[in-house]
Amino acid sequence: MSTQLAKPVRSIPIPVKRNKTGAQLLLYAVATVGAVAFGLPFFWTVASSLKSQSEIYTFPPVWLPATPRWQNYALVFELAPFGRFIFNTVIVTALSMVGQVLSAAAVAFGFTRFRFPGRDALFFIVLSTMMIPWQVTIVPTFLLFRYLGWINSYKPLIVPNYFGGGAFFIFLLRQFFMTIPRDFDEAARIDGAGSFRIFWNLIIPLSQPAIATVMIFSFLGNWNQFMEPLIFLNDPSKFTVAIGLRYFNASPFTGDQPREAVLMAASIITASPCLALFFMAQQYFVKGIVMTGIKG
Amino acid sequence: MSFMRVMRSPRARHEALEGYLWISPWFLGLIIFTAGPILASLYLSFTQYKIGDIPQWIGLENYREALYRDKLFWPSLGRTGYFAVFNVILGVTGSLILAMILDKIVRARSLYRAIYYLPSLTPAVATAILWGWLLHPQVGLVNDILRRIGIKGPGWLSSTDWAIPSIILISLWGSIGGGRMIIFLAGLQGVPTEFYEAAEIDGANTTQKFWHITLPMISPTVLFNLILGIIGSFNVFTIAYVATEGGPNYATWFYMLHLYYNAFSWFQMGYACALAWFLFIIVVTLTLIQLALSKRWVYYEFAEIGR
Repeated sequence: MSTQLAKPVRSIPIPVKRNKTGAQLLLYAVATVGAVAFGLPFFWTVASSLKSQSEIYTFPPVWLPATPRWQNYALVFELAPFGRFIFNTVIVTALSMVGQVLSAAAVAFGFTRFRFPGRDALFFIVLSTMMIPWQVTIVPTFLLFRYLGWINSYKPLIVPNYFGGGAFFIFLLRQFFMTIPRDFDEAARIDGAGSFRIFWNLIIPLSQPAIATVMIFSFLGNWNQFMEPLIFLNDPSKFTVAIGLRYFNASPFTGDQPREAVLMAASIITASPCLALFFMAQQYFVKGIVMTGIKG
Repeated sequence: MSFMRVMRSPRARHEALEGYLWISPWFLGLIIFTAGPILASLYLSFTQYKIGDIPQWIGLENYREALYRDKLFWPSLGRTGYFAVFNVILGVTGSLILAMILDKIVRARSLYRAIYYLPSLTPAVATAILWGWLLHPQVGLVNDILRRIGIKGPGWLSSTDWAIPSIILISLWGSIGGGRMIIFLAGLQGVPTEFYEAAEIDGANTTQKFWHITLPMISPTVLFNLILGIIGSFNVFTIAYVATEGGPNYATWFYMLHLYYNAFSWFQMGYACALAWFLFIIVVTLTLIQLALSKRWVYYEFAEIGR
């Protein structure tokens, strides 16, 4: 073969390379086993959600339903006010997101664009509040909202988000704002812009990637929260999807309505906005996590 | 910049005033939703307080109740410790292994990363429900797979011995491939390749490279995740509450469930605050121990990384 001529020259790298190919194969094998382990529960959940009552309890279990029962998804909305739960969650999540993004941005703007005594100490306090397990404060917070007459309303879930939006978001936005040169502010000030205009017309538009990241994690946090709605809401018509899922355990099912399949369908409906968001905005997830160490 | 110099000029004073105004939402929130409740919680922990009554000062009685009389206190703490140890060790190790795999993979890396990451996006309540079904002793997927390879699977969540391992398994599925893995991956990609090249010239093998280069370089990230992992593990609530409600026979009655039921089912608000303060002290102590121990093994390339 004509390529044989090149062989003596490459005599040293070749064994190393062959070794690497074997290692790569092993690596992909391990990675794929891992992917199956992480992915199979999703597959099983989707398959279960389409099963009939008899298929659900067949032993040994069947992996796929003979004919997919799409009506299980309709049953989610018939057996529980699940449409109402989704509507409630959308309202709470949207209003909370607005609060978290706006107030975290304002606070981060304060920490990056102004010099004032005690600034570093105050920012250190911001960071240390990340370490406080919030459950320590849950009883007095509950008592406070009870005193205000806010129990069984959405205010306990929404209003606290307007007070800084949480240390992680302040930190993330501060890190990003610091990369915007102060010269831009100076130029705007010379043109007569006040602080609010610099914030609203300069910093916010320039920080779109960071704002998008905060919005994504704010969405996930509010959509997924469980303990707060569990504690603060007790009227089922006000439930969010997270606590509404448990409604199916109590609601009546007739013989051919597969309770577990409907519950799986409801779980998929609950999780799907979060999963869809990931596919739409994957790059913001990775950047946002790396910037702050937020646990997704 | 000294305090006096800042305050001397009217312009600087104006700037400072504006700064305080911009951060005031956070500061108010700190007082109303963090500092205030923490102090209130401390006060209430020394009282007997049922909702609707007036708090009665009883000194250390709640703490004595927890330590000496509450039959569920020590077992719930023990279970939570059991969960925390395995959840943190397996979780941090697992995330690191996945990150190292992803770091080495060239083709389809973002696909693998997406598959690993998706479970962590699934709402905890949905995770608990779907795993409750996956771990069904007879018709669940896990025992079906075990049966195919000739193993008789345990009762998982319905068995007192296997309930906590089940909760650990569920928690790991939802956390190993999450943010922690992404952070480790970024850390691994930040290690300069020259270090590895130099080590290869010196004849180092893969294991040596891991222990002497990779691990020291990412040790601050590991520490950060150990601390957060401990705090998170002591707060384990949603999975256990949804999947087992603390059962069977209290097998998954974790500390936060004990606190929750005391506060919101039995309305023992004063006692629940004492439980919260115990938890707070435990978590702070563990964090300080970790920080102290970390001086022996965490390597900071630049001093600022450790801020």
